[in-house]
Amino acid sequence: MTILDGYEMVVGLEVHTELKTVTKLFCGCANAFGSAPNTNVCPVCLGLPGSLPVLNRGAVELAMAIGTALGCSILPSSFHRKNYFYPDMPKDYQISQYDEPINVGGTLELPDGSTVRIERAHLEEDTGKTTHVGASGRIHGAERSLVDYNRAGVPLVEIVSAPDITSAAQARAYAAELRSILVATGASDGRMEEGSMRVDANVSVRRVGDATLGTRCEIKNLNSLRSLQRAVDHEAERQSELVAAGGRVVQETRHWDEVAGTTVTMRSKEEAYDYRYFPEPDLLPLVPEDPWRDRVAAELPALPAARRTTLLALLGEPTPSQRDQVLSVVELGIDAMVTSAVSSGVDPARALSRVANEVAALNGAETLGVDDVVTVLSMEQAGELSATHAKAVLADLVEHGGDPRELAKRRGFEQLDASSLDATIDEVVASFPDEWTRYCQGDDKLAQFFVGHVMKQTKGQADGKAVIAGLASRRSR
Amino acid sequence: MTTAIELADSVRRGETTATTLTEGSLAAIAAGNGALNAFLHVDVDGALSAAARVDRAVANGEDPGPLAGVPIALKDNLCTRGVPTTAASRILEGWRPPYTATVVDRLLGAGAIPVGKTNLDEFAMGSSTENSAFGPTRNPHDHARVPGGSSGGSAAAVASGMVPIGLGSDTGGSIRQPAALCGVVGVKPTYGMVSRYGLIAFASSLDQIGPLTRSVADAAVCLEVIAGHDPRDSTSLQEPAPSLVASLHDGVEGRTVALVRELLDGAAPDVEAAVNASAAVLRDAGATVIEISIPELRLGLSAYYLIAPAEASSNLARYDGVRYGLRVDADDLTMMNVATRTKGFGDEVKRRIMLGTYALSAGYYDAYYGRAQRVRTLLSRAFAGAYGRADLLVGATAPTTAFELGAKTTDPMAMYLSDVYTIPSNLSGDPAITVPFGSGADGLPLGVQLLGPARSERLVFAAAQVLEEGAPR
Ligand SMILES: [Zn+2]
Repeated sequence: MTILDGYEMVVGLEVHTELKTVTKLFCGCANAFGSAPNTNVCPVCLGLPGSLPVLNRGAVELAMAIGTALGCSILPSSFHRKNYFYPDMPKDYQISQYDEPINVGGTLELPDGSTVRIERAHLEEDTGKTTHVGASGRIHGAERSLVDYNRAGVPLVEIVSAPDITSAAQARAYAAELRSILVATGASDGRMEEGSMRVDANVSVRRVGDATLGTRCEIKNLNSLRSLQRAVDHEAERQSELVAAGGRVVQETRHWDEVAGTTVTMRSKEEAYDYRYFPEPDLLPLVPEDPWRDRVAAELPALPAARRTTLLALLGEPTPSQRDQVLSVVELGIDAMVTSAVSSGVDPARALSRVANEVAALNGAETLGVDDVVTVLSMEQAGELSATHAKAVLADLVEHGGDPRELAKRRGFEQLDASSLDATIDEVVASFPDEWTRYCQGDDKLAQFFVGHVMKQTKGQADGKAVIAGLASRRSR
Repeated sequence: MTTAIELADSVRRGETTATTLTEGSLAAIAAGNGALNAFLHVDVDGALSAAARVDRAVANGEDPGPLAGVPIALKDNLCTRGVPTTAASRILEGWRPPYTATVVDRLLGAGAIPVGKTNLDEFAMGSSTENSAFGPTRNPHDHARVPGGSSGGSAAAVASGMVPIGLGSDTGGSIRQPAALCGVVGVKPTYGMVSRYGLIAFASSLDQIGPLTRSVADAAVCLEVIAGHDPRDSTSLQEPAPSLVASLHDGVEGRTVALVRELLDGAAPDVEAAVNASAAVLRDAGATVIEISIPELRLGLSAYYLIAPAEASSNLARYDGVRYGLRVDADDLTMMNVATRTKGFGDEVKRRIMLGTYALSAGYYDAYYGRAQRVRTLLSRAFAGAYGRADLLVGATAPTTAFELGAKTTDPMAMYLSDVYTIPSNLSGDPAITVPFGSGADGLPLGVQLLGPARSERLVFAAAQVLEEGAPR
């Protein structure tokens, strides 16, 4: 499933991200996911007659942080009304930024070194959510529709890329990197599945070497990075086959069907709305004064690219698989565990491997406290915990929380100190003189035999590697 | 008739009670409203309990505020918690807002007693109060005539003595024109001086709330109470209410007042004569009177009838039958929207929604809405130029005295011309006041309009006070 030979794809992405503010964009209602329907509402976000919007400066700061992180110019901006009728939009218009967005121009550099230009990143309000009750689950044929306005007025930033993306894998990498940046700035939790980050893809194809762009289609309903990559690939294939067969691509909005693995028509250009944008008279122009802009820039935390550079530097000469691990821990936002562990004396390769493999595999890894992970890795480094036990303690931390040393003690994982381990090895060696002789004569397979007995005696608290080392040193004496 | 200031003073001194005044107002409404239809809803219980609170405060030695016990009429596009608020439209019939407009909260805080909600042209779109879904209001001076509009209900309520103060909203003259036609004072403050929070929007960049009263002093007291920054309205000025009462008698000595030709063009001879007489009063009080022309004002009406409908088409989109007010059931969502809006809105509202939708449409925006905004800028600049030569401007409020019911209902353009002198102030955002100034040839009241630059309310009110004192009796 991919584009035909002789064709290339041109892709631009529009990413909507909900901002993690305490309150909504234009009122004091809580910006919270998962509340009972229509509990986080007031006259303003319900658009009741006579109500007026007041801009939330916290949302503006997060938008400025996003713009700064993407290298955009942060400019004086204004709000417009985007008019169209829809029941989950209380005022039947959306307050959005139109010809004067807050963030303009910018660049996103991907881990592979390629760059994608950012056209704009503007502020707007989210809509409510409609549930159609009835056989089809779609608006047509529904028995009734229920609207929840908790999400209405939640702040969004829409980040529009230039059509610089040339493959489905690059589209995925762009969305992944952008997500890491949004999470790093604290602007968003970046959860595509919950809809807090939503990606639409504009896809067109052309013959390799053609200067003009082909007709594009906008693909919606991309609920994961995987869907994005599959959908772009599929759409490029569909369009290239269509063009190769002498057909013409029709400009339209298409819906990605995850199960069928295809895109289907949602609405054509002829059905497109005339939004009748005009300046929002209820809001003043937004002027980000220099000190404000400077403070936001100064408070910006380290971004993913810089964090990858830091990790790679710690490793010295990283292997290809370590490079992949660096990518993945930064993408998951758990790289601080590695750098902190290293500065506490843990070996960089071990720290990276533990975090990229064991920690990353845990469900809820990002909820682990960095200090707790560092404690566990340091205990392992010091030989106080075996690898197996370190993993078990990490899993306990995710599940129950608490102090890692306490958790280790409760599980009975307190590692044997060196002298009692030595005593146990001596005891086991003495109990099996024949096997010991054969081992000393070079039958290395017997090492596991002795390890097994030591483990049995210590109820699993011994470190296997330490036992083997102890056996080897006795043999060489 | 007693002024609001005198009434409040007697309540504060214990010479009368808020309950007595409120009962008097309610009785006057009960007696007169059948003929006038000034009130759409009378809130007897709410008024009496507010009055009881004021009386308790007086009994406890507290000061209930500068409007203690003064009955007030609210135009029915101001939201009042739990009290029906319709904007005179079927589409909001029965709706009870869950919140109260900032201006009403401030009036209550000053001891005023809101007695009810007054009639208006539907969504404040009109100049005669005939566009109300609940029947027209009649002019107290002649029941065969209109009270003007859109704040016709508040104007009639004040003029007939039902209440000493009414609140209105002015988008293109909707306070000043009915005030003139009913013979009362009407103020359109500087845009942003009074919070719009809780005012059902018609055209957000033009709407401004203001008082209708029987004296300039009462208007000053009321405006002091309702003005001042409100954090819930982003367009509200970042400054406290001006002190108007203290400078009310400052006079106009040494001021320059310009008689504006365009604010008299097309006025009836009796109106023109009144404006000239008012200029003489100002001259006698020590002002220099000059005559000027501001040709750009002629463009105001056209620009207004693009900008106001454009904003209205968006502001009125929310009346879709989904959340509140009228819903006419239909087979699907779109048809429900269409059926609800078809039945819920009157002709004039539909006309303006269509005008505005057209003006904002792709391909027409620049030619209509964009151009109207450029005219608006031009007009504001022209006003600023005039204020380089004069401190205040004077002109007519309306071209004629009150016209007969039905006289202009079939000719929207003739109706729109009723606001030709008032619209420019809304476009520029500057303050203006109309003061009763004698009668027309038909014996009906006439108003003269004073205009000033933004935030010049103190000067405008001082000049209005001079006119009031010098008006023919
Ligand atoms: Zn809210």
